[in-house]
Amino acid sequence: MLLKKLTEAMGVSSNEDEVREIIKAEVEPYVDRYYTDMMGNLIAVKGEDKSGPRVVLSAHMDEVGLMITKLEDSGLLKFKTVGGIDERILVSKQVQIGKSKIPGVIGAKAIHLQQKEEQKKPIPLNKLYIDIGAKNKEEAEKLVELGDLATFTTKYSQIGEYATGKAFDDRLGCAAIIELMQEEEFDFPVYGVFAVQEEVGLRGSARAAYAIEPDLAIELEGTSASDVPGTEKHGYSTTVGEGPAITVMDSSVITHKKILKGLLKAAEKNEIKYQYRRTNVGGTDAGMISLVKEGIPAAVISVPCRYIHSPVSLMNLDDYQGLKALVKGYFAELEKEGF
Amino acid sequence: MDDNFTLLKKLSETSGISGYEQQVSQIISENFAPYCDEIKGDKMGNLMAVKRADKDSSNRAPRIMLAAHMDEIGLMVTKIEEKGFIRFTSVGGIDPRTLLAQEVVIHGLEDIPGIIGAKPPHLTNENDRKKSVEMEKMFIDPVLGKEDIDKKISVGDLISIKREFLSLHGDSAAGKAVDDRAGVLVLYQTLKELQQLKTKVDLYAVATVQEEVGIRGAITSTFNINPEIGIAIDVCHATMPGVDEEDAAEMGKGPAIGVGPHVHRSILQRLKETAVNYGIEHQIEPYPSPRGTDTWGIQVARTGVASGLISIPLRYMHTSVETLSLTDIKKAGQLLARFIASLDADFVEGLRCY
Repeated sequence: MLLKKLTEAMGVSSNEDEVREIIKAEVEPYVDRYYTDMMGNLIAVKGEDKSGPRVVLSAHMDEVGLMITKLEDSGLLKFKTVGGIDERILVSKQVQIGKSKIPGVIGAKAIHLQQKEEQKKPIPLNKLYIDIGAKNKEEAEKLVELGDLATFTTKYSQIGEYATGKAFDDRLGCAAIIELMQEEEFDFPVYGVFAVQEEVGLRGSARAAYAIEPDLAIELEGTSASDVPGTEKHGYSTTVGEGPAITVMDSSVITHKKILKGLLKAAEKNEIKYQYRRTNVGGTDAGMISLVKEGIPAAVISVPCRYIHSPVSLMNLDDYQGLKALVKGYFAELEKEGF
Repeated sequence: MDDNFTLLKKLSETSGISGYEQQVSQIISENFAPYCDEIKGDKMGNLMAVKRADKDSSNRAPRIMLAAHMDEIGLMVTKIEEKGFIRFTSVGGIDPRTLLAQEVVIHGLEDIPGIIGAKPPHLTNENDRKKSVEMEKMFIDPVLGKEDIDKKISVGDLISIKREFLSLHGDSAAGKAVDDRAGVLVLYQTLKELQQLKTKVDLYAVATVQEEVGIRGAITSTFNINPEIGIAIDVCHATMPGVDEEDAAEMGKGPAIGVGPHVHRSILQRLKETAVNYGIEHQIEPYPSPRGTDTWGIQVARTGVASGLISIPLRYMHTSVETLSLTDIKKAGQLLARFIASLDADFVEGLRCY
């Protein structure tokens, strides 16, 4: 199962190798060629010799995670977060570290030894550490190096129309591009950009776009859904199960009007359930792509995910299929109308 | 894989929240059976594995009871919100800070996966993030359609943490409910060790229920067995940053022999002697106020029982990543088997002499 394979792989920003290898193997039989660039982005090209608009579909391979920053004399490991993680979700979780996936746990002082007041405050990052079972620093050094990256160990699972797992942001975008390239023939050149380092400042994708010089770019993302207790309806941002979310504006980009109109038209025509992303907070690679050279028309479509940037997210697979259908529908418009 | 690791993994990953220990009990029963003469249950759900003395006389052999609790802490459904989100409370002591973004299993009409959530981070302000989230503000998102939620989940259903038992470097391992499935493993190890030894006492190895909610199973099972000697096997805190050595034993340095008002002086003495005589690495753990283990219940059954306490050092107690050293289990089993083999009627007679 593609989503299982992709989400269970480790790919903290700058260490996307495992994800990249999975994608290479998946797309190879279906594309003209693929290549990697200086940043580490993977670009898969299909229909390169066709005329018509050059289209980039972009998704990022990297995920948020942890970096080992100190090996204590006790053999315990200090760490910091890579990308945006609410520190409060780290306690009492399993992690895996580095290329050899050394298992470890993030523990906390037993409830029996706490003062009542302690529980009211989150445990600060500098009081947390990873325990890999090493008895001292020397033992730890044999297993882990400073700068090693760590992820959560969550397994992917599917129940009915729901899927749960880690790194849906943005392996679901990677999966969608892979499947589109596997399932579709295009009348125009399509560049699948599997980007690095989105979570640490939108570093990767735009560099690929710079080289490709596309006529337009669509970013496929996992976005946060806040349709949960404690949130007023107007704060939901997106709702799980209401279809793919179309961004009109976020903190990084105002979706190009022509693409927006085309997406809406495709949704109406093909009766694809969709929703607007109802917050302008948060940015994506589309923002950086849109500012490449003299500017590239860009848009973002995403699948709503609850509990994003945590060990486990939840999404609706109908929303995911809707996202793919929306891209297919829009491509049909592009074939007919051009750009 | 090591026999003990495999069984502990199975026990740790099985749900057995206080009052609902049946599944765990079943696994224990199957695994203990080859090493004892009889297995019995009681009305509370305690499980007793009996290994009789290798006796040559017709006198009644003294009885010794070993107790490890098989229940674990967990959560319980208190309300199903209109949209299907579940509110919950805890069964036993749980630090709410260990629960966020945690996968769980709701034990409804069937086992249903869920995720513990709270108000999303981008909707919280600076002040919110300085505070931890209270359990009342959390919810569980069941991975199930709304209609099925109403059909399959009810108030009062139990919820356990979903956590794979993990082998760490060396002999360390981590998971949930290691408190006190580690103790159950010590019973298992003791029974295995005793296959090679002769005993003059009847041994009752008991997996007790409802320890986490008030030492309940130990009270009734001790009454039932009516032993002369009763030893609880539980976990104690292991050293870690933020925990004073005064309050903790060291992981991997052998079982901790409990000392305190709840431990009979002769039992303590014999345990220490046995450890020294057989070169079994051990530690001493002082417990001035010993309310937190089955020893508390055992000691005061009927006319009083000569009680003792053996503990496995455990880091991060009552989180879902409780970490221990498997060697400590092995050594505890060796210690208890040698201790039991050393017991005879004279020693038991002497327990009443102060």
